[in-house]
Amino acid sequence: MKYKGGGIQLQIQHLKKFFGDVEVLKGIDLDIAPGEFVAIVGQSGCGKSTLLRHIAGLEKETSGQIVQNGEKLHSINPHARFMFQDSRLLPWEKIVANVGVSLGLKGEWKEKALTSLKQVGLESRANEWPSVLSGGQRQRVALARALATQPKLLLLDEPLGALDALTRIEMQELIEGIWQEQRFTALLVTHDVSEAITLADRVILIEEGKIAMDLRIPLSRPRERGSHSFGKLESKVLARVMKKETSSLLEDATTV
Amino acid sequence: MNNKKTNIYSKRIAPWVLPILLVALWELFSATGIVSKETLPSPLDILYSAIHLVQTGELFNHIKVSFSRAFIGFAIGGSIGLILGIVNGVYPIAEKHLDTTIQMFRNIPHLALIPLVILWLGIGEEAKIFLVAIGVFFPIYVNTYHGIISVDKSLIEMGKVYGLSKNKLLVRVIFKGALPSVLVGIRYSLGIMWLTLIVAETVAADSGIGYMAMNAREFMQIDIVIVAILLYAILGKVADSLAKLLEIKLLKWNPNYQKS
Repeated sequence: MKYKGGGIQLQIQHLKKFFGDVEVLKGIDLDIAPGEFVAIVGQSGCGKSTLLRHIAGLEKETSGQIVQNGEKLHSINPHARFMFQDSRLLPWEKIVANVGVSLGLKGEWKEKALTSLKQVGLESRANEWPSVLSGGQRQRVALARALATQPKLLLLDEPLGALDALTRIEMQELIEGIWQEQRFTALLVTHDVSEAITLADRVILIEEGKIAMDLRIPLSRPRERGSHSFGKLESKVLARVMKKETSSLLEDATTV
Repeated sequence: MNNKKTNIYSKRIAPWVLPILLVALWELFSATGIVSKETLPSPLDILYSAIHLVQTGELFNHIKVSFSRAFIGFAIGGSIGLILGIVNGVYPIAEKHLDTTIQMFRNIPHLALIPLVILWLGIGEEAKIFLVAIGVFFPIYVNTYHGIISVDKSLIEMGKVYGLSKNKLLVRVIFKGALPSVLVGIRYSLGIMWLTLIVAETVAADSGIGYMAMNAREFMQIDIVIVAILLYAILGKVADSLAKLLEIKLLKWNPNYQKS
């Protein structure tokens, strides 16, 4: 592939974001190496999706900056491809054209779109409408769309959250396989700790708009969920995520 | 096998049972003299006078005149409505300047303009085309505008973050997303198109189906009046079916419109 080993380097510096009076991101500092797979976990509302949207260029920071391969990011990030929680396929375009959206629907988009569909194993459905696909297949088309331009940076905003457990594992293997082949930089926002540990080189916990934990995952790939070291890491991260929750629950209970 | 038969029956035959029965009853009442021919001619009489009108070529002449008025008026009013709907839907600044004015005009019944239009444009073609254009403008404008502003914002965001050009975003995402609503506007305005034409042609015209009916009324030719009314019904139905075909063709992607 064209960008083999060509992931992007990201530096997030003192990133702050206010929505009205609410401070959603309270100064995030984060360096991500080219080709690294980083998972961001945290409870809902902690700001993890907002961080991802900043990196995509969909939000304007209040202060701080995002530097990408040495260049400051100003608007829509041209190197990034974003996978949303819902597939966001255009229902009035055939599946192949939906993948082609990523290629601007110009030039030789059709051939490239078909190649990309092949990667996710859906080239035989190219000329069907999205409405006939299952939820998992739609996310696979969305993945093909995200990968069609061979991006240097893939941003995944809980793309597997709505899928059933088996389909989710299948998708995780698919994403891991393609990532190993193309070595783009990947950021995955998820609330599933085991998903984070399966896929990521590093797991980052965001709590109330701040980075609360930055943990390297030393396991070799492919990772086995059942293994002892996997289980130990999972319960460690889970405990860290939940500890805060239980204590704040207790606080709530005592104030009532 | 049996299932297939009942399917064909319910699809093809069932809708026509009641109309045919009604016409048969009508013929029966006329033939037995229960309904006098001066009040309502029998279906057969009406058929004969229709055939006569076809043979003299008069009928097609009137249809041609009415049809071209309808078509030109629809094309003018429809395109203006479509363009304004898109512009106001896409650019909030245009909407702020134009929408209030359009809504004020919309609340004037366009048929109330007939006296004014006759004074301005006489009873020629312009007057009828003008009225039809105004009549079809509003439903198409309102539905296009509504369709555009209710396109799923998350799809527009997706298009932007995936780097679609402005034109592609407008055509492939915004307009195609608004299309179901635009087509509702077109279907609705086709009804208004015929209604406007009927009124305009009956009030003031020297040709067309409405004129034929009013002319026949002066000579008490009830059969021709009824032929004219039936013609409007048929033309209206044909226009609606065409719009429906357009919907099925353009909205194939939508499971609600897929032919089973």
